[in-house]
Amino acid sequence: MDSSITSKTVGVVAPQRAKFSEPVRLKCGAVIDQYELVYETYGRLNADRSNAVLVCHALNAAHHVAGRYADDPGDVGWWDNMIGPGKPVDTDRFFVIGMNNLGGCHGSTGPQSINPRTGKPWGADFPLVTVEDWVATQARLADHLGIKRFAAVMGGSLGAMQALQWTVSYPDRVGHALVIACTPNLSAQNIAFNEVARQAIITDPDFHGGHYYEHGTRPTRGLRVARMVGHITYLSDDVMADKFGRQLKHGRLQYTFEPEFEIESYLGYQGTKFSDYFDANTYLRITKVLDYFDPGFEHGGDLAKALAPARAAYLVISFATDWRFSSERSREIVRALLHNRREVTYADIDAPHGHDAFLLDDARYHGLVAAYFDRIHAETTA
Amino acid sequence: MKPNGNGMQRPDYAAIAEWVRPGSRVLDLGCGDGTLLRYLWRERNASGYGVEIDEAGVLACVRNGVNVIQSDLESGLSDFENRAFDYVILSQTLQAVRHSERIVREMLRVGREGIVTFPNFGYWKNRFQVALGKMPVSDNLPFQWYDTPNIHLCTITDFEDFCRAQEMRILERKVITNGSAVSFLPNLRGALAVYRFQRA
Repeated sequence: MDSSITSKTVGVVAPQRAKFSEPVRLKCGAVIDQYELVYETYGRLNADRSNAVLVCHALNAAHHVAGRYADDPGDVGWWDNMIGPGKPVDTDRFFVIGMNNLGGCHGSTGPQSINPRTGKPWGADFPLVTVEDWVATQARLADHLGIKRFAAVMGGSLGAMQALQWTVSYPDRVGHALVIACTPNLSAQNIAFNEVARQAIITDPDFHGGHYYEHGTRPTRGLRVARMVGHITYLSDDVMADKFGRQLKHGRLQYTFEPEFEIESYLGYQGTKFSDYFDANTYLRITKVLDYFDPGFEHGGDLAKALAPARAAYLVISFATDWRFSSERSREIVRALLHNRREVTYADIDAPHGHDAFLLDDARYHGLVAAYFDRIHAETTA
Repeated sequence: MKPNGNGMQRPDYAAIAEWVRPGSRVLDLGCGDGTLLRYLWRERNASGYGVEIDEAGVLACVRNGVNVIQSDLESGLSDFENRAFDYVILSQTLQAVRHSERIVREMLRVGREGIVTFPNFGYWKNRFQVALGKMPVSDNLPFQWYDTPNIHLCTITDFEDFCRAQEMRILERKVITNGSAVSFLPNLRGALAVYRFQRA
């Protein structure tokens, strides 16, 4: 990508907090009486409030989508290459919102928060949330910000599932959905990887059935393994071969169980870094959010029927080397949208990076998103 | 990108637009930069999709505000359902596809009518160049033999034989040279052929 484009940024940003005192009934039946959502915004909401874009986060990210913090300049937003002045999602044109979902561990109400009914952290008692619940609470944040309709809702992976769900839950409140590296539901293999991750956490002796806050412990060993397993599924075989191959840390075999291959220490490093800041109870819940997502399920497996209420236009993007949510899974979404005669554009980007590609800087991918947002901009200013 | 896609100047676009009924649903196979679809949308209030494999073409379609599905025509049209479109268009692409018979069958599965345009290899200027011992190069056939995507060039006579064999009923034909209609000796005097057909 042109360095003059990537060098621009929204600059210093600060998170904000919205409090909601109207109870929310979750899909699982549980009710949360009051909750808070943390969010950031970039750009300016125009006079007729028609230029808002909601960015939904995936597994390990949160509301810090773009820019950096004054007190921690190294903490750059997770989609900073996509969102900013002159970037594909141009904050000179659009008012962009990133938020931390309910159940998260970055400031929004979640397992670490105090349960007002008990005066203690929710911990294991925090209910299991779903994509539908997230979208419902995102809509309340939109109400809070005075946004009736989003010009676009976008996300990659789990974020894309939320964008898709928005178009079904609130057909009149979404102009466009950018559904990137998505799947209409998790495969048995996807669920299997998630279950290995969960078991690693749950069987960690420091987990204490999810009430580890009271014990002054954190199941970091389990969370570390969980992240290692997850990380494998984000990369393509080719990228791993390219980056690490069979390279040895010490140049020769050591005949021990210490990390010997570079890939082992890379995964270990990623796992440790993650387990230092992420909350295990949130991680467990988010893997379940993924497993439960299946809009077709309540319609006899008919995805087109599930998407029938939608009125949005769609940009669906997959990555050829993504084996976690393969291109074929995105095509299932496209076929359902074609069946429903929705406006849809589909591109399969030939990027080498696997599932992670949605976060990376690729000129073809970003060029396409930029062109699509030009179209949205033309509509909102027409 | 589709060869020879010089925007709305392309003579077959106007010919196609004359046939497309207002408000129709259209699928444009090998749609290139989406110029034809945009043209049909503006002139005929048509809606629908383009299908394009080339990433530059897909990007150009998005820039043109045209809905496009990135897909390989050679692997069929399995994303599309039976009779989903009023017209399925294959504009200057038939000569470049490997499985010509299959693509035409697929066109008539997903659409009520098919529209095909192709450069007429029987055009006298092409015949003349062959007679001189050279592969033809012209406005409609702008490639050298070694870089051409065209693997299935045919004449008007060939195509009409093909239609009979494939049980396609020709509804209308237009033959164009330098933007003007040709009716006398079309296979000799016509540079570009445009057909509308349905299942026999």
